[in-house]
Amino acid sequence: MLEKAIKGSKTYWLWVLALLAVIAVGFMFYMRQLDFGLGITGMSRDVSWGFYIDQFTFLVGVAAGGVMVAIPHYLHDYKAFGKITVLAEFLAVSAVMMCMFFIVVDLGQPMRLLNVLLHPTPHSMLFWDMIVLSGYLFLNIVIGWNVLDAERNSVPPPQWVKPLIYLSIPWAISIHTVTAFLYCGLPGRTAWLTAILAPKFLAGAFAAGPAFLILLCLVVRKFTNFKIGQAQIQALAKIVCYAAITDLFFFLCEVFVAIYSQIPEHLEHLEYLFFGLHGHGALVPFMWLSILLIVSGILLLLIPSARENESVLAVACVAVFMGIWLDKGLGMIAGGFIPNPLNEITEYVPTMPEVMITIGIYASGLLILTILYKVVIGVKEELAGT
Amino acid sequence: MNDKGMIIAGLIIFFTIFTFPIWYNHGAAAPPPEPELSQKAKAAKTCVEDTAYMRTEHMHLLNQWRNTAVRDGLREYTGKDGKTYEVSLSNTCLDCHSNKEQFCDRCHNYASVTPYCWDCHTYPKEKM
Amino acid sequence: MKKSRREFLKVAGITILGAGAGSLINGVSVLSAAESGRKPGLDFFKNSDALKAKRWGMAVDTRKLSDEICEKMQVSCHQLHNVPDFIKKFGKQEKRHEIKWIWETGFEHAFTGRENEFPRENLEDLPVVVTCNHCEKPPCVRACPTQATFKREDGIVMMDFHRCIGCRFCMAACPFGSRSFNFRDPRPAIYDRNPDFPTRTKGVVEKCNFCAERLAVGKLPACVEASEGALVFGDLEDPESDIRKLLAENYTIRRKPELGTNPSVFYII
Repeated sequence: MLEKAIKGSKTYWLWVLALLAVIAVGFMFYMRQLDFGLGITGMSRDVSWGFYIDQFTFLVGVAAGGVMVAIPHYLHDYKAFGKITVLAEFLAVSAVMMCMFFIVVDLGQPMRLLNVLLHPTPHSMLFWDMIVLSGYLFLNIVIGWNVLDAERNSVPPPQWVKPLIYLSIPWAISIHTVTAFLYCGLPGRTAWLTAILAPKFLAGAFAAGPAFLILLCLVVRKFTNFKIGQAQIQALAKIVCYAAITDLFFFLCEVFVAIYSQIPEHLEHLEYLFFGLHGHGALVPFMWLSILLIVSGILLLLIPSARENESVLAVACVAVFMGIWLDKGLGMIAGGFIPNPLNEITEYVPTMPEVMITIGIYASGLLILTILYKVVIGVKEELAGT
Repeated sequence: MNDKGMIIAGLIIFFTIFTFPIWYNHGAAAPPPEPELSQKAKAAKTCVEDTAYMRTEHMHLLNQWRNTAVRDGLREYTGKDGKTYEVSLSNTCLDCHSNKEQFCDRCHNYASVTPYCWDCHTYPKEKM
Repeated sequence: MKKSRREFLKVAGITILGAGAGSLINGVSVLSAAESGRKPGLDFFKNSDALKAKRWGMAVDTRKLSDEICEKMQVSCHQLHNVPDFIKKFGKQEKRHEIKWIWETGFEHAFTGRENEFPRENLEDLPVVVTCNHCEKPPCVRACPTQATFKREDGIVMMDFHRCIGCRFCMAACPFGSRSFNFRDPRPAIYDRNPDFPTRTKGVVEKCNFCAERLAVGKLPACVEASEGALVFGDLEDPESDIRKLLAENYTIRRKPELGTNPSVFYII
């Protein structure tokens, strides 16, 4: 099936070339980082995780979000989603690949990465994260590929794929749960030390993942002969809407606990993010923008006439996606380090090389996604006889 | 098939690149270097273990040394000669083998291995 | 000795399991060497002068501290352990990459959560010296995915710089901000390098090691020696030790005891 990815229009090849160019630029900056060290990023002794781990956390969510297509289809027999499950699975593949790239570029000694396997350490959450992420990648490649291959040959998928599909559903939940456990089990970081972190991560994931999938469906429909129907897109839109509301609700629960209890350690972090602390407020505009985006996205998705207008829907999806990206990425990870354990403030702003490496990884993810989607679309077009 | 020419050209290019190290050196292997002993090492006659063992296994022994010293806190080692040595790359090994270029680097370069010991540990030349 | 033998066989075993014919042959030759008579690579032991304890701990008598003594302790520690001085070398903007094993800070920074509207006179000016607490239940050790940071039997929380992959999970896990990361090559910023202690490479985490290398040869930690009596070091499990006597005679506090990490550094305020 892979041969479908090497036969494409001029636009397709231009797009692939453009992505390769961006990847090359990102790679050049990564070479600089390897040479100099992580000092070329905006991270510091106090904010020791930054943009890379932000993206990692957010993209684990995008990967897990695919389960919102799998559950209705495979567990509740919602047939309309059958058409797009493979799109969700391949989106997960590309997102998990990006997660892995982000982990690698965040390491100070990437060539020692395999020490994690050489000295397996079950009491470290990172060890489990490695297991669930690589497992999820494997599951989605195997499931997606076999289901698509079966569809192409007009036969039902092989029997052994079924248990893998059922396994992939709790597995999707697990990847984001373990990712939340990376943070919420650390005693000194009050901003993360909350049992609601994993649920909140999942809620954000179930909004951001399907929101991105809607955008992808709209793009695919516009540029190819694979016509994804109204039914799928509207069903996804409702999922995005309620997941985003749940995410917002969890956030407000956090706000209540901090404000009503008045415990300084809980308050200070939120205060820093939304109002600034002791004259430091680099993230304040981004956090308010995040709230504004999520709320307006929800409103647009709630109103049926707005949701059913696909231009408005696209805007709403971008708003939700970006809003959650700001909240979960920038605010949650970098913000979680401020103030530091000694109640001092060191702010964090990503640097140019850091941003370029990040963009490079996003381009590599998009390239993987493009190739996989090209295969899917090729198969679908072949079946439609166009 | 009309791809025959392309396939053959591709194979030729592949094999040319694949065999690059052989024909680049004109088929002749570079002579293996002989590590040079410093005066002190010559006088000592023996290392912590047999020469033959050290030659083939020094990397494993050094691995042992560093794990035992750092992780188990055992910093003394009884050598084959019954003598006690401090478990230390800089202070014990390099004390005798003070000629890192002639002793360590020569073989390492030849075998194309780049141990990262010296990223952190000090070797005699560097002592200021 | 038993332990190092087990460790040795484990390494040999892993080597055999390792993929590739090359490592297979290596592993076999190591094993056969191990089976003929005396086994090279097994005879490790502790120096007889080594100071031993069940659980090392430190008491800081802030009454005896002054800015000068704090400075002296930091200089002697950082000098001995080849800790780079980025600010001196590259200027103030390098503060964010600063590496510190022991440093002076104010009471309100060392003891967050103990804010007092009406504190004892001069409490704000009291010099407090902070370092790794060598916790009994260290969260950093729990978080590390490679056991590059680990707790020794004598309670010292150590770093194995060879193994650290630089993920900085331990820095997120440490509730005391005691860990530093090498954001860049430290060597250019090390003045008067001490050849007896390694430097670090870029991309690994480091922190105070309670001078494990000095204890191994019968010396007290460098900061304790420089402290003019302000720091007392000893075995917390030994009721007859100086530190236990000091703790018995004085009211002491620890940093963030509510987190349950059980720090081994005590403060007399």
